[in-house]
Amino acid sequence: MKSRISTLFAALVISISGSVSAKDTVKIAYIGPLTGGVSANGIGGRNSADLAVRLKNQDPNAKYKYELVAADDECKPNVGVQVATKIASDSSIIAGVTHYCSAVAMSTVDVYHKFGLPVMVWGAVLPEITYANNYKEVHRVNGTMINQNEVAAKFLTGLGYKKWVIIHDTTDYGKGHNKYFSQYLAKNGGQILGTFGVTADQQDFTAELTKVKELKPEVVYFGGLTPIGIRIRTQMDRLGIKAVFEGTSGIKSDAYIEGLGKLSEGSLSFIEGAPWEKLPGGLGFIAKYNQQKYPDAPEAYGPFAYTAATLIIDAIEKAGPDRKKVMAVLNNTQNVETIIGKVSFDDHRQNIVPLISKYVAQDGKWVVWEDSLYAKGQRKLGQ
Amino acid sequence: MLGVIYAIVAVGFTLYFGVLDVIKFSHGDILMVGAFAGLTTYIGIAGTFDSPWLQLLVLVLVSLSIAAFLGAIIARYLILPLQKAPPINTLLVTLMLGLALRELVRLFYPNGSNPKPFPRLLPGDGIAIGEFILRADSLILLATGVITIVAVQRLITKSKIGLAIRAVAQDSETARIMGINFRQIVLITFMLGSALAALAGLMNGLYYNEVNFSMGLLLGVIGFSAAVVGGLGNFYGAIVGGFLFAALQTVGAVLLPAILPSVPSAYKDVFAFAVIIIIMGLKPTGLISEKSSERV
Repeated sequence: MKSRISTLFAALVISISGSVSAKDTVKIAYIGPLTGGVSANGIGGRNSADLAVRLKNQDPNAKYKYELVAADDECKPNVGVQVATKIASDSSIIAGVTHYCSAVAMSTVDVYHKFGLPVMVWGAVLPEITYANNYKEVHRVNGTMINQNEVAAKFLTGLGYKKWVIIHDTTDYGKGHNKYFSQYLAKNGGQILGTFGVTADQQDFTAELTKVKELKPEVVYFGGLTPIGIRIRTQMDRLGIKAVFEGTSGIKSDAYIEGLGKLSEGSLSFIEGAPWEKLPGGLGFIAKYNQQKYPDAPEAYGPFAYTAATLIIDAIEKAGPDRKKVMAVLNNTQNVETIIGKVSFDDHRQNIVPLISKYVAQDGKWVVWEDSLYAKGQRKLGQ
Repeated sequence: MLGVIYAIVAVGFTLYFGVLDVIKFSHGDILMVGAFAGLTTYIGIAGTFDSPWLQLLVLVLVSLSIAAFLGAIIARYLILPLQKAPPINTLLVTLMLGLALRELVRLFYPNGSNPKPFPRLLPGDGIAIGEFILRADSLILLATGVITIVAVQRLITKSKIGLAIRAVAQDSETARIMGINFRQIVLITFMLGSALAALAGLMNGLYYNEVNFSMGLLLGVIGFSAAVVGGLGNFYGAIVGGFLFAALQTVGAVLLPAILPSVPSAYKDVFAFAVIIIIMGLKPTGLISEKSSERV
């Protein structure tokens, strides 16, 4: 009772004086891969979530002062569970912007449910994260690999390609990509000559790729992340395999292009949403991001991490720093305007993003397919 | 190609064991340090001269010297003082040292936890032989590896130092009485082994165009297994073991999915190690066992 009166009183004082004297600090967490092969995406995501926090803290009308607690899941499920437990058991943290790696996100959902921490996934694309459970704590702003692979299969079969070889990593992420891509490829009349499962930290692909070369595919589809994507693409070149390299959202990073240099030319990737230049609030987002002088790029999923953090902050503004109330607000997100377009959650708190963009690496940049020289017929894939 | 790298690593293990009867588990991490030393050198000299061959020469010299120096330090301050202790202590100490080296690179090398692109210094042109493309850089690396192994073999069998190394390996007490400087020979052996590891690290980097802080871990384990399966302490055994392991991995990657479609080729390491275990069971002393005939 006493505390309620004092809170009321404080609110009164603040509203009358209009000053930002002593706001309560509210902590939100960010978890992503800050080290390891996909750290570029993790750091870009952290900066983007941090941007949302900084911008809110500059807002004189904000009710609270926000603090971002960043943690590193190293893209490893066991580390992810440890970090998630540490964050979720800290009662001063109200909600979290969590995980780029599907295998990690998959292994941590139980932790968030157990501790009742509302989280918003900002990068992991495995459908099961939201659909294999019914945890009210787990939300996701980005789309899933189902939509992504449908587009990936239709796109190249539509261009007249017929023969594929699939290489995927043997984590949940890679297996999921393999499953959905194979389904959609069969529907669209593509033929799979061979499927290879590789470990996520494999160095040498000579044996697999020698076999791939014998099969003579037109396209090598790769379901996995940047580090081994770079290795496979390099070693394909070493063995003289002249197929189109079709990746997934997992290789859509600047690190992929840096690691490969000229060899990245003509690699394809697919990602939910649209490039930031084409997002409703993309230009504004990048302008603000650059103002803050972060040393690293926001990467492909930065806008999603920013959106997740913004939705969480808005929910806290609305409901106060209380996990259960914030969760209730987030659960009922419908038609909210954000920089990635409208966000609406379905019955599994999965954002229904109808939009998938196709990218091709051209002259050391990921270019939207429709704007590329390839689409205009000035360059040909797999040359 | 892999076979050569494995064989060079295995030769290091065999040298240490032959001379001092110690198992040095930080060998793989010395390999990683050598690769990183090479990368750092490259970044340091990138602007000074253009010829990739010159750059490569400097890279190899610096990297090998750093590793040799490190090997000498380890031998002098860790291995020799522990000579009278049970061998398990040496094994544990070097295991910890390897871990320390790995973590040091991870924490103190700028952005060390991420894989680093390694410069392409070798010509990448290739000759097409039907379906198969033979690349110049692969050939150069292969030749370098073979020449290195042959050179080490000549050094050990034909030179004075080699004679001393073999004498110490045979019977260190007698060797001392005959006037061989025991300590010096041990240091030389460790310098040689570590320089070889660094060379293997550089070859690995040049071949894959990438190095990372944990690369030494698996290479160390594979090199050690190769040395053991060939017969620990036997020079030729180590080479046979190295090539055997590479062959098993390749066979595993190609055959497993062909025979059992449900098993992805990711299981090739499991397959290779399983076969090695079976061989060990059949021939506990290794494929080429050391001739340890006791003269009375």
